[in-house]
Amino acid sequence: MEIGPGQFLLARLDDVARWAQSSSVWPLTMGLACCAIEMMSVTSAEYDIARLGSEVFRSSPRQADLMIVSGRVAQKMAPVVKRLYDQMADPKWVISMGACASSGGVFDNYAIVQGVDTVIPVDVYVPGCPPTPDGLLYAVNLIQQQIKEGGRGGILARS
Amino acid sequence: MSLSTQPLTPEIVSQEGNAMVLSMGPQHPSTHGVLQIMLEIEGETIVKAEPEIGYLHTGIEKNMENLFWSHGQTNAERMDYLAPSSNALCYALAVEKLLGITDQIPERAQHIRVLQGELTRIASHCVWLGTHAIDIGAISVFFYCFDLRENILDLQEAAGGARMHPNYIRIGGLNGDLPDGYLDKLDALIAKFPGRMRDLRGLLQANPIFQDRTIDVGVITAQQAIEWGVTGPALRGSGIAYDVRKAYPYSGYDRYQFDVPTRTDGDAYARFLVRLDEMEESLRIISQVRKDLNTPGPVAIDDPKVFPVPKETIALSMEALIHHFKIVSEGFRVPPGDVYSPIEGPRGEVAFYIVSNGENRPYRARLRPPSLYNLQCLKGMAPGNLIADLVVMIGSLDPVFGEVDR
Repeated sequence: MEIGPGQFLLARLDDVARWAQSSSVWPLTMGLACCAIEMMSVTSAEYDIARLGSEVFRSSPRQADLMIVSGRVAQKMAPVVKRLYDQMADPKWVISMGACASSGGVFDNYAIVQGVDTVIPVDVYVPGCPPTPDGLLYAVNLIQQQIKEGGRGGILARS
Repeated sequence: MSLSTQPLTPEIVSQEGNAMVLSMGPQHPSTHGVLQIMLEIEGETIVKAEPEIGYLHTGIEKNMENLFWSHGQTNAERMDYLAPSSNALCYALAVEKLLGITDQIPERAQHIRVLQGELTRIASHCVWLGTHAIDIGAISVFFYCFDLRENILDLQEAAGGARMHPNYIRIGGLNGDLPDGYLDKLDALIAKFPGRMRDLRGLLQANPIFQDRTIDVGVITAQQAIEWGVTGPALRGSGIAYDVRKAYPYSGYDRYQFDVPTRTDGDAYARFLVRLDEMEESLRIISQVRKDLNTPGPVAIDDPKVFPVPKETIALSMEALIHHFKIVSEGFRVPPGDVYSPIEGPRGEVAFYIVSNGENRPYRARLRPPSLYNLQCLKGMAPGNLIADLVVMIGSLDPVFGEVDR
């Protein structure tokens, strides 16, 4: 569509803001365990998360919109994860990547938090051990969809 | 090198001079996981560094005590998640030694085990090189490395069914033969590899910025390396040609021609060169293994008490059905005893120390994680250097926190 001189578009500010927000979801650089390597893979040439506008991994929680909990959360790490989440500016989203982050996975023991949703609220759960990079891309897609629709909470990224 | 037991916390702030305490990590892009380093700094210079580990403590070893021998494999792979196949191989070899079936493993299974071990070494070094380069500021290396790694993950997926934790190497052999089309993909990788290595060397080896950042940074002398228990590329970068594949050959490594690359400088650049040479040596081994892979043969021992019978025989034979039921419902028992079984992983000497009391579960399974011992040197290496150099040191030691904390 081409807009010539004298023509204009009308849109609701909400919709424009959500469209912009959903196309630039910046994740926080927080690698925990195995899934972190697959999280790195999505930035590689093969999967290229830049297509979704999410390639800008931010090292400071103040600049990040999305926390990808990539791996098992140890009891010692849980307070750190909570603190990082609190430091992120609103609005913020959380992907729980993999079986360990979602439910403790195979590690049902004293050391691992049985699901990161006991510590912070989670928007999308990605199953797998570890999930494929495609799985994570799909989860980011779901986050974008959520942002556009304005809903929150507890989606399972299942194909 | 000073060894103090006084923990460094942000509350302790030195009263004299300009010293301050800085916490680096556990969420930091350059600590390669969840390492926290408490630093006492004066300006940009490090006075004291205390690595704080345990942020990924998973209780894997404790979990293994509650799992059947064959199930422990799953946990072993998740310790060093950059090189799962080499951990799996280490565990399998240790249990096989306890069972006394080491010399019954079929030839073809051994060839494929060596192949998997070397592929995983290349894949692991790819992640190391990509992240090490990013830490120093060169981003494009990461894309080349992960492209090569992706080819290897494809092979792992074809063989074991999963990209990162294939669980392909099992106690008593392998979980099935290589699938159709695998060897063609392997040939394509072998053909692609030399060109890709040329690219990687071209990007970094003679790069003046890279050399400035790594030469004479993080020097470990041969004496220090021995004192700290360093193994793997970090030890060989200090001039000691110790490689478990040569010193205590396993899985038929003595059949293959390969060199153990060493450098004498002991700095981050020397470790970089050693790892690049190692990747090429790995390919040399893979090319030799490739020739043996044309010969078909069994890939697991023929002992229904240890290795599950082929699925298709279950419906045909009562014996097979009983064996299958027994092995699935209660596993197998391992004679009492203990064993220490080392192999050469991408980071150094990986070993399992396993104690059995004759049950169908290990009494104790302990991993010797090379990363933990290599990481120790940080405390001695860091003082006197800049904070920016600390990032290079961590990168050049290539720790994996899954195995440091377990």
